[in-house]
Amino acid sequence: MEFLNTFLKAAFIENLVLAYFLGMCSYLAVSKSVQTAFGLGLAVIFVLGITMPINWLISEYLLSESGLLGIDLTFLRFILFIAVIASMVQLVEMVVEKYSPSLYSALGIFLPLITVNCAILGGSLFMVSREYNLSNAVAFGLGGGFGWFLAIIAIAAIREKIRYSNVPPALRGLGMAFILTGLMGIAFMSLMGIDPAAFTTNG
Amino acid sequence: MAETAVKEKESVFQFGKKERKLLTDPLNDNNPITVQVLGICSALAVTSLVYPSLVMAIAVIFVTAFSSLFTSLLRNYIPKSVRMIVQLVIIASLVTVVELTLKYLNYPVYKQLSVYIGLIITNCIVMGRLEAFSMANKPWRSFLDGVGNGLGYGVILVAVGVVRELFGKGSLFAGSPIELKIIGPTADYLVNTTDSMLFGWYANNNLMVLPASAMFIIGIMIWIQRSYNTKLVDVS
Repeated sequence: MEFLNTFLKAAFIENLVLAYFLGMCSYLAVSKSVQTAFGLGLAVIFVLGITMPINWLISEYLLSESGLLGIDLTFLRFILFIAVIASMVQLVEMVVEKYSPSLYSALGIFLPLITVNCAILGGSLFMVSREYNLSNAVAFGLGGGFGWFLAIIAIAAIREKIRYSNVPPALRGLGMAFILTGLMGIAFMSLMGIDPAAFTTNG
Repeated sequence: MAETAVKEKESVFQFGKKERKLLTDPLNDNNPITVQVLGICSALAVTSLVYPSLVMAIAVIFVTAFSSLFTSLLRNYIPKSVRMIVQLVIIASLVTVVELTLKYLNYPVYKQLSVYIGLIITNCIVMGRLEAFSMANKPWRSFLDGVGNGLGYGVILVAVGVVRELFGKGSLFAGSPIELKIIGPTADYLVNTTDSMLFGWYANNNLMVLPASAMFIIGIMIWIQRSYNTKLVDVS
């Protein structure tokens, strides 16, 4: 139950893009068509889902004072987290290239981009500052990734449609994408008052 | 002999037209936020007040400047295949330095910025400039390029912060030693809306407190900038 709770909360109420504005760079750069947005969204779900539990284990058993080494190493957190993310992305890239060339050619260029996607590192840092346990960390990773996926598909679809509208030339493209994201953020805010426990206990 | 040494030193740290362009270009024509669309991730959530945005801007300038410098110094020794990881380690160490310094100097602001200080690591400006500039240029010019891009980012950040705080809270620099209370309903504000005949209608705009307003403000900034600077207009 708690797993589902955290998942729904991360995906809708505390959406990484629309509530915290994380992962904006690739969100704006890769949202010109739905198809590419779909690929990047999938890759983000995947990488978030993998790195979150690994980083949880690292911060719990390696860096904290009660961990295996018995020394407070939290100042190494940034370096280790980003190293895990970078190497995971590299690993995912190699595995995908070997076993699914078609997926690789679809995701190809996006995979390296994910290393510097703030949503991934931000997810890990949120996980630490909110003191999640392992199952919550997994749920948060998958839910956050899913929320990111939904948000980028939504904006890509809107941007595809808006290309045929009469937007002032100076606002075309990037400027419009900013304003749209702001509007979507406000729309998503109406979900903020909802308690996810209400879904799970009733259903 | 001594003379040539001096001459060499001058040529390392020269500051001519090209170097000035490295600093000023990112402020308008090649602004990291409004033109290159880099580094928006960590920018939006911290701009609801001016003071944290200013601290964030300084932190980013520090990180872009020194990561460019160090990457440029090491550029001939970094193998191509692991360059991303090497760059990330350089950035992450600098960000750790910034984080610990800020925690020591100003704990309330450190709390306010929370995870966003750590997110400077994945701030695409830093990575982007390392890849695009420092890997191929001399240390001094890379350093200037880093400072310039950090400044271009900081200017936008502080401008957004000013708009959001002024219209959202009626103050400027709240939380810092030089707090200015400009417009509000109590007597300690410069313009007191409860007594004033002229400004009795005024109320703070709560939209500006929400992070979404930063999107609108940057969107409008892009609009204004591109109306003047028509060569930036998106033609696709």
